[in-house]
Amino acid sequence: MRNRTARSILLGVAAPVGALVFAALVCALILAVTGHSVGDVVDAMSTAAQRPRTLVNSVNSATVYYLAAVAVAIGFRMKLFNIGVDGQYRLAAMLSAALAGAAFMDSVPSVLRIAMTVVAAMLVGAAWAGLAALLKVTRGVSEVISTIMLNSIATYLVSYLLNPARLAVTTAGSNNIGTRKITEGGQVAGFEVSGSSTKVFGLVLLAVVVGFLYWFVLSRTRFGFELKATGLSESAAVASGVSVKKMVVISMLLSGAVAGLVGMPQLLGSSYTYSLDFPPGLGFVGIAVALLGRNHPIGMMVASLLWGFLDNAANSLDISGVPREIVLIMQGVIVLSVVVAYELVRRYRVRAEQQAVGSALGRTKPLEEVSA
Amino acid sequence: MAVGLVLTACGSKNDSGSGGTSTGASGSQAPTSNLKIGLAYDIGGRGDQSFNDSAARGLDKAKSELGFSIKELEATAGETDAQKEDRLRQLAEGGYNPIVAVGFAYATALEKTAKDYPDIKFAIIDSVDPAADNVANLTFAEQEGSYLVGVAAALKTKTNNVGFIGGVNVPLIQKFEVGFTAGVKAVKPDATVQAKYLTQPPDFTGFNDPAKGETAAKGMFDAGADIVYAAAGGSGAGVFKTAKANGKLGIGVDSDQYNLPSLADVKDVILTSMIKEVDVAVYDFITSVKDNKFAKGNKVYDLKAGGIDYATSGGKLDDIKAKIDDYKAKIISGEIKVPSTK
Repeated sequence: MRNRTARSILLGVAAPVGALVFAALVCALILAVTGHSVGDVVDAMSTAAQRPRTLVNSVNSATVYYLAAVAVAIGFRMKLFNIGVDGQYRLAAMLSAALAGAAFMDSVPSVLRIAMTVVAAMLVGAAWAGLAALLKVTRGVSEVISTIMLNSIATYLVSYLLNPARLAVTTAGSNNIGTRKITEGGQVAGFEVSGSSTKVFGLVLLAVVVGFLYWFVLSRTRFGFELKATGLSESAAVASGVSVKKMVVISMLLSGAVAGLVGMPQLLGSSYTYSLDFPPGLGFVGIAVALLGRNHPIGMMVASLLWGFLDNAANSLDISGVPREIVLIMQGVIVLSVVVAYELVRRYRVRAEQQAVGSALGRTKPLEEVSA
Repeated sequence: MAVGLVLTACGSKNDSGSGGTSTGASGSQAPTSNLKIGLAYDIGGRGDQSFNDSAARGLDKAKSELGFSIKELEATAGETDAQKEDRLRQLAEGGYNPIVAVGFAYATALEKTAKDYPDIKFAIIDSVDPAADNVANLTFAEQEGSYLVGVAAALKTKTNNVGFIGGVNVPLIQKFEVGFTAGVKAVKPDATVQAKYLTQPPDFTGFNDPAKGETAAKGMFDAGADIVYAAAGGSGAGVFKTAKANGKLGIGVDSDQYNLPSLADVKDVILTSMIKEVDVAVYDFITSVKDNKFAKGNKVYDLKAGGIDYATSGGKLDDIKAKIDDYKAKIISGEIKVPSTK
């Protein structure tokens, strides 16, 4: 039995590590073909890895990516593909920024004000995802289609609201536009790191808590069991008395609520306003990170740190004369090869188990289930 | 793993610095041939056929005429202020001075960086923020040039119906629309001005999607417009293509698009262009640093100061040029105040 566990872990690790190695080889090939030196890239990357600022920025990016990944993973565990994390977090960040920045909030005690902001963001994210859930359970609309459309609608809604006549303020002569700046009481202080001009987001702790809760709920509660069961086999779940519609609604609401948190570290730790330069597209990064981390709380943490570092090393590549696009290529190849590697490992595992079953048939031991 | 790296990296203080550049442009006569210019682009970078390219032209001119070495860095869609700040700091750490940040999105990042490098001269395009002793803010009165092409459109329209296509619905591009509309209405108060933006932020593809420009322009021509002003960067090519196919006219933006090689096929439908000379601003800034005449603060490029104008290439405005120049003189003298917001 111990042998089996060890092999299982080994196989689990083999896929992502193999994929990373493969991705590195592909990138080296591309660099060689385009006439860039692989050594330069390695140099630039290691320079970046020794610069405190780059590392702090990487951790900050990872914090945000991790939250996005957990939001996506909650859906994945139910076989729900929430592509709408992007729209959910942008709408949530914009509305909660408007709330947190509103003048009447200045007199609210700091802790309460931050809590209100974060809860508001979760509610908005959940509500936006809830629309897709409602469409699915009442009309059978695929959440893939509806969440993509809701992303687009969120974009227009945010544009509409981000107007001086509504929730935004402008400063004379500036070409930017954003919500009223959140005053100090509503901000979350960061952690100083010596040698770095940027601070680690205080809300990195929020990501840790969310990661822990994700693990706890999924593997230690009845609800988590039902959620995973529904994802693995809907008919089996129905047979054991689980209401699939209820599970769809609840998991989409949870996914949306976590998606609402995605913008919080940046908003309360650095931007303090939702303006035109608030980072978009984090929801899609979340999908990649969730895939890479196999929806596992620790796996996604490693994946988000890797993603964060690659993104923040791009400037170092650029200044050393290597096109920054190599990072995008690397990320794309990693995701593709991870998907392929998992499939290969899965097939290998099924075959190995079938062989084990076959050889066990001669004996009197009970058969073990051939799991997918 | 990365946490470990953070910890081991603590203590090295290669980040917050006071410039430490070899060129040291703090007042003393720096040997100009050693000037290294750093330039950080907005999303799209060199090759966007829009204002990044315009900045690149200014940089190229400085490079070829004055022999500076240059370093250009690009932004990625979806990045944070921290990543923009990192880009500026890496240029500063690399001894680049002066450093140009292209686009208002760099305002926050530059504010933090400029503080730590008082000896380096920075410029930012399109933003009055941040205000600092070592930052020049290069801004443009786009509404004034747009007003003049609006006047031209109003004088030339036969259907009493003109169109405005903005790349992305942001305050910067809204300035173009407001000025254009004001110009049209000044000549023909009863004229219809159709307005459309190709994308909404944070989707900035509207600046570089000719297909979207084509569709939007087709809609306007179908609705009766005969001249469309494309303030949409690279998407303008699609607008001109549709104009040509329908026997209508288009108005260009940023550079004198009649003379752009990439638009040679459609130049006969380009009535005029609203010229916004980011390249001149970048070049001027670089030479000012070279000559030790750096001036901090907001430098507005408008009709009066130059840097904003309308184009007459192609000769389509020959018959009405006098009238347009009349409006131009009035704007310069202050008799006409062009609005910049709705």
